[in-house]
Amino acid sequence: MQSNNQSVDIKRASPRWRRIKDNLARYFIAAGGVGVIIAVLMIFVYLLHVVAPLFGSASVDAPVSIVQTVDDNDANDPVVLSVDEGLTTVLTIGVDGHYRLLDRTTGEIKHSDTLPLDGASISASFKLPGGPIALATDAGTVLMIEVGYEPHFNDGVRTIHAEVEFPLGPDAVVLSDQRIDSLAVAPGDSAWTMASISGGAVQTLRIGLRENLMTGELRKDFERGQVTGTGAVPHYIAISGNQRYLYVGYDSRILASYNLSQVTSPPVLERFDTAAPMTSMRMLLGGISLLIGDQRGVVTQYSPVRDDTGHTALAQLRTLEVFDGEPVTAIIPEARRKGFIALSDAGHFAMVHTTANNVVLDERIGDVRPTVASLSPRSNGWVYLDAAGELELLPINNRHPEVSWHSLWEKVWYENYQEPEYVWQSSAANHDFEPKFSLTPLAFGTLKAAFYALLFAIPIGLLGAIYTAYFMAPKLRQTVKPTIEIMEALPTVILGFLAGLWLAPYIENHLAAVLGMLLLMPFGMLGFAWLSHRFKSTVGEVTDGWQPLLLAPVVVVVAWLSLHVGSLAEYLLFDGNIRGWLNEIGVTYDQRNAMIVGIAMGFGVVPTIFSIAEDAIFGVPRSLTQGSLSLGATRWQTMVRVVLPTASPGIFSALMIGLGRAVGETMIVLMATGNTPIMDFNIFEGMRTLSANIAVEMPESEVGGTHYRVLFLAALVLFLFTFVVNTIAEQVRHRLRQKYGSL
Amino acid sequence: MTQRRKTGWFASGDPWIWLTASAVAAAIVMVVGLLTLIAYRGMGHFWPHTVVQFEYSIDGAKSVLAGEVRDSDLIPAARARDAGLPVAEDAEPVTRLLIKAGNRDVTREDFVWIAEPFIANQSIPENMVVFERREWGNLYGFIDLQSGQSHEQAWQAVEQAIERSNELHERIEALQKGEIGGINYQLERLRLRQRALELDGEDTPQALAELEQERQALNAAYNEAEQRLTAMYEQFGDESVAVTTAPGVKLDQSVRHIVRAYRPNAMSLPQKLGHYVAKFWEFISDDPREANTEGGVFPAIFGTVLMVLLMSVLVAPLGVIAALYLREYAKQGILTRTISIAVNNLAGVPSIVYGVFGLGFFVYTLGGSIDALFYPEALPSPTFGTGGLMWASVTLALLTLPVVIVSTEEGLTRIPRAIREGSLALGATQAETLWRTVIPMASPAIMTGVILAVARAAGEVAPLMLVGVVKLAPSLPLDLNYPFFHPDRKFMHLGFHIYDVGFQSPNVEAARPLVYATALLLVAVIVLLNLVAIRVRNRLREKYRALEN
Repeated sequence: MQSNNQSVDIKRASPRWRRIKDNLARYFIAAGGVGVIIAVLMIFVYLLHVVAPLFGSASVDAPVSIVQTVDDNDANDPVVLSVDEGLTTVLTIGVDGHYRLLDRTTGEIKHSDTLPLDGASISASFKLPGGPIALATDAGTVLMIEVGYEPHFNDGVRTIHAEVEFPLGPDAVVLSDQRIDSLAVAPGDSAWTMASISGGAVQTLRIGLRENLMTGELRKDFERGQVTGTGAVPHYIAISGNQRYLYVGYDSRILASYNLSQVTSPPVLERFDTAAPMTSMRMLLGGISLLIGDQRGVVTQYSPVRDDTGHTALAQLRTLEVFDGEPVTAIIPEARRKGFIALSDAGHFAMVHTTANNVVLDERIGDVRPTVASLSPRSNGWVYLDAAGELELLPINNRHPEVSWHSLWEKVWYENYQEPEYVWQSSAANHDFEPKFSLTPLAFGTLKAAFYALLFAIPIGLLGAIYTAYFMAPKLRQTVKPTIEIMEALPTVILGFLAGLWLAPYIENHLAAVLGMLLLMPFGMLGFAWLSHRFKSTVGEVTDGWQPLLLAPVVVVVAWLSLHVGSLAEYLLFDGNIRGWLNEIGVTYDQRNAMIVGIAMGFGVVPTIFSIAEDAIFGVPRSLTQGSLSLGATRWQTMVRVVLPTASPGIFSALMIGLGRAVGETMIVLMATGNTPIMDFNIFEGMRTLSANIAVEMPESEVGGTHYRVLFLAALVLFLFTFVVNTIAEQVRHRLRQKYGSL
Repeated sequence: MTQRRKTGWFASGDPWIWLTASAVAAAIVMVVGLLTLIAYRGMGHFWPHTVVQFEYSIDGAKSVLAGEVRDSDLIPAARARDAGLPVAEDAEPVTRLLIKAGNRDVTREDFVWIAEPFIANQSIPENMVVFERREWGNLYGFIDLQSGQSHEQAWQAVEQAIERSNELHERIEALQKGEIGGINYQLERLRLRQRALELDGEDTPQALAELEQERQALNAAYNEAEQRLTAMYEQFGDESVAVTTAPGVKLDQSVRHIVRAYRPNAMSLPQKLGHYVAKFWEFISDDPREANTEGGVFPAIFGTVLMVLLMSVLVAPLGVIAALYLREYAKQGILTRTISIAVNNLAGVPSIVYGVFGLGFFVYTLGGSIDALFYPEALPSPTFGTGGLMWASVTLALLTLPVVIVSTEEGLTRIPRAIREGSLALGATQAETLWRTVIPMASPAIMTGVILAVARAAGEVAPLMLVGVVKLAPSLPLDLNYPFFHPDRKFMHLGFHIYDVGFQSPNVEAARPLVYATALLLVAVIVLLNLVAIRVRNRLREKYRALEN
C-alpha cells in the first residue's frame, strides 16, 4: 500500500514543482557539502592564522607628537622621561628637579611639583626596567622616585591618577662627595645596592632595610665603599639583580667584575679585555645577564656560569650584531621580556631579543639622548625628546620577539646554563624568568615514543598480518580479524591508565623477568614448533591454519615461566637487583619510561598495522601465488618472494599510518611517562611529546600570548606531520589497488 | 636454487610460518589478557572482600593489623632489606602482601605492605565490621558491646541507625539539590537580568523594584528552605557507634558519616551477591564521594551519554550531506578525489589537534563573540566563552566527521549503478532517486558510520581536556531549572574520570579499584558499539551481494 501511495504522489505533483524540488535538493546538498568540507579544511587555516603572528616581524608606527602645555617652569628642558604602561601619562623631570605629569593625549599638566633635591641639579639617572627611577645629582646624592598609577572610576569614566612616590623615602641618599656621572641600582626586599662613577672613581653603597613591624616605619642602614686599585678610568657600571656582582667597564675595553658581598671594598673577581671598545653597558631583565655594546655596533651578552667544580665565571653567551659599524650608545632593557632596545650614534633604534638571538626591528629615528627617552613597561611605546625638542611617542608592535627559528629548533645558550642546550620550560613562578621554547626536545620525545611503539608493534602486527592473511584457516580468520580490529577502538585512556598504574610498577619490580620474556618468547615459540614437527608422527600433525590456537597457551606458559626464571636469573646475575646494576653502569631508570610507552602505545598501534597490512596481503591475487606454488616454491618462499613484494606498498602504508597514530597519541604518553622534556634515547627514561605537552600546558596558557601560539605551532606541526604521512600512505595504497585491478 | 640443496625442517620455511603464527597468538593473548585484567579487577571492586586479621612480628615487636588483601608480590631479599626488614643476606625472595587496612583517620596510612615471613598468625574474625564512610575512607573494626548485648543485637542496632541516617541524608540531598539549588539558580538569573537592564540603560526604578520584589520572594523561600535544612541536620543528633579497631584503638564513629556497614566475614554467598548488586547500582547511579575515589560515576555516565548524543545529532546530517555531495553531485575529477583523500586523512590527524582547534576557535573566538553579543550581562565571567558541553560536542563532531563521511561514501559506492539508472529511467528526478532509493539503501552504511563515530567519541579524552570536561561538575547539564538544558555547562566524562582519578587523585591506591570499574564500563560500552557496527556492516554487505547477483 505504501508504495502505491508514493507513486500516486509523484504522479500528482506537477513536473515543474518536481524540478524545483530537484534543484533545491541539489543546491542544498552542494552548499551543505561544500560548507562541511570547508569547515573541516578550515582547521588548518585557523591553526596557521594563530601561529602566523609568531613569525611576523616587529614594526613601529609613525611617531605621534605629544603636545606640551606651556608652564611657568618652561625654561627647563626635561632631562628624564618616563611613561606608564597604558601610555596615558608622561613624567618629565627638569634638571633642577621640577617635574610634570602630562596627559599623553591632551598634553594637559595633571600635576607638577619640585623634587626634594636640596638645590642640587640632576647629573645622571638610572631607570630600573618598569619600576623606580634613580636620580643622581651633582652634589653626590641619589633620590629614588617611582610614579604610582591608580585607576579611578568617576561616573563610569576611567581616569588614571598618577603620583610621584619615594620608595626609599623623600630624603636623598649620599653616595659620593662629588658630581655623579654614572649610576647603577639594584633593588631588593631587604637591601638595595647602588654604585656610581664620580670623580673618576667607583663608589658603592648598600642600604639595608628593616621595617618596624609595629609602626611600619622603614629603618635604613648604610654601608659605603669604594672600588680601589684599578689604575684605569671607569666609564660604565652595572650591578647584578642579586646584588652580588658589580661590573665596571674601564677605559675603552677593560671589563672587570667585583664581589659585592664585601661592599666596603669589593675584591676583583675577573678582569679581561672585550673584543672592541665598549660604548654602553646594562643588565638584562632579571639582572643575570650583562649586556655590553661596543664600537662595532655589536652587543655581547655575558652571564655568570657555574662550572662543574662550583666556580662561577662570566661566559659570553652570544654576540648580537645590532648595528653595522655604528657604535651602540645606549641599551635599554625591556621590563617584561629578555629583550632590549639599542640606540646607535647615527640615530638608529633597534629592538633585540637575546634568547631568540634576533634583531627584530631597526629603524632610524634621529638623534635622541637616551636618558630623555622611556620605554613603556609593556614595550608597546617609546617616548623620546627629538632633536627639535619635541616630545614624541613611537608606537611599537612587537608581540612575539622571543620566537625565532633559532629559539624553537636550535641549541640555545640560556642564562646561567653551562652550555647551549635544547630546553623546553615554558613558565615559572617569577616574572623575570627566561622562557625556553625549544620544540626540539618535544619533537625528539614524540619520535622516541613512536620509535619504541613501532619497535613493539611492527613485529607483532606485521607477522600477525602475514599469518592471518595467508596461512590462517578462513574460519579462524573470521573471528581473529575482528577481535584484533576491535582493539583499535579501545579508548587510549584505558591503555594509558593500565600502562601507568599497572604495567609500570609491575615492570619496575620484574624488570629482568619482563626483558627475559621478550627475548625468550620467539625461541619458546620456535622450540614448540620444532617439537610439534619432531613428534608429528606420534601425536599427529597440527591442522594447518590453526597454529595460533595451539600457540596461545604456549605464550601463556612461556610468559609464566620467564617470570619465574627471570626472578631467578636476576637473583643469580645481578644480585637480585637489576636496577641497582643499571644504576651502576650509568643508566637511569624511571618507573614510567619509554619501554612502558612502547608496549602500551605499541598495543594501540598493532591493530592499525595489522588491519591495513592484512588487507594488502589478502588482496594479492591468488593466481600469482598459485603460479609460484605450482612451480615448486615452498609456501614460505612464495610468501617472501611473491606475496610480500607485491603487497609491499600496502605494508608500507600500514607502517606509515601506524607511525601517524603513534606520533599523535596523547593519553598514553601523558599517563605512561613522566612527561619530562629530555633529550635522551635511553629506553628506561621517559620523554615529553608534543601532544602531551599541549594537553598539559594549553589550559593554562594566556590566550594570544607567545606560549599559547607556540602550543598552536606544536599542534600545527603534528597536524602537518600526520597529514603528510597519511596522504603518502593513502596514495601508495591507491596505486596498489589500481595495480591489482588489472591483474 | 641454493635452498633446494638444504634439506630439513628449517629449509622448508615452516619455522617462520610458526613464528608468524605466534605473533597472532601473542596478539590474541594480549587482547584477551587485557580484557580479562580489566574485567577481573573492575568487577572485583564490588565484591565484599574477606577481612583478615594478621598478627605481625618483626624482631619481637608485635603488632596487629586487619584489612583486605589487595595484592601480593615477590621481591628480592636485597629490596626487602632496603625496606628495613631483617632479612638474611642470602635469603629467598620475600612475598609481601598489600593490605587495605583503612582507618585513615587513625593510622594515616590506609594501605600497608606486609612481608609474609613475619606474619605470626592470621585469622578471619566473624564480627569484623566494615564501615564505608563519607570521609576518611573505610573503617575496619569491632562494635563494642553494651552490657548484656549480643553481637547480633549490637549489629542490628547499628544497621537500623545507619538506615535512619541514610534516609535523612537522602531527604537533605533532595532539598539541597532540588529546592535550594533551584532558588540559587533563579537568584543568579535575577542578578543577570538586572545587569542586562543596566547595560541596556533600562534600569528604571520601576523595573528595579519589580526585580527587588522577586528577589525578596526568593530570599524568603530560601530562608524557609534553609530553616528546614537546619532542622533536618539537627535530627541527626550525635548518635555514634563505639568501635574498637584490630590494633585496639577505641573510637566513636558518628553514624551520620557512615554510608553503609557490613560484616564481610559473616556474610553468606547470597548476601554477598546482594551486596555486590547494591554496590554496583551505587556505582552507576550515585554521585562520587571523597574526591571521586568512592561512590558512583553517574554524572560521568550522564555527561558522556549527553555529549555523544549531541555530537551524533550534529555529525550525522553533516557527514551524510558531505558524502552525498562528494559522491552524487560533485563532478568526479581530480579535485573531488583530492578532497576525498583529504577528508579521509583528517581521520588520522591526532585528536589533540582538534582539541586545540576547538579551544582556539570554538571556545575563545566563537564563544567569546557569542558572549559579547548575547550574554554581556554575565561578563566578565564567560558563558560560552569557556569550555562546555556544547563546544565539546561540536569539537568531537568535527573529529568524527571523517568517519561518517568515509563510511557513507563507501555505502554509496556499493550501490549498483543499475539501481540509480533504473530509477532515473522511470522518470524520477535525481533528488527523488536519492531520497527514495539511494539513501534507504545506504542507510546501514550511514548507521555504521554514526555508530563508529559514537564509539570513537565516547573514548576520546585528549581534546575534551581542552574544551570543557572537568573532574567534578557541580550540576548536570540537564536539570529542572529553566531552560532545562544547559549546553554551556562543564560536564564529567568517563574517560577523563579514569585519567583524573587514576593520576590526579591524592590517594591513587584507594581509587584504583574504582578506576578499573570505570574502565570496564567504558570498554564494555565501546566494544558493544563496535560489535553492533560490525554486525550492521556485515548485514549490509550480504544484502548487496545478493543484489549484485
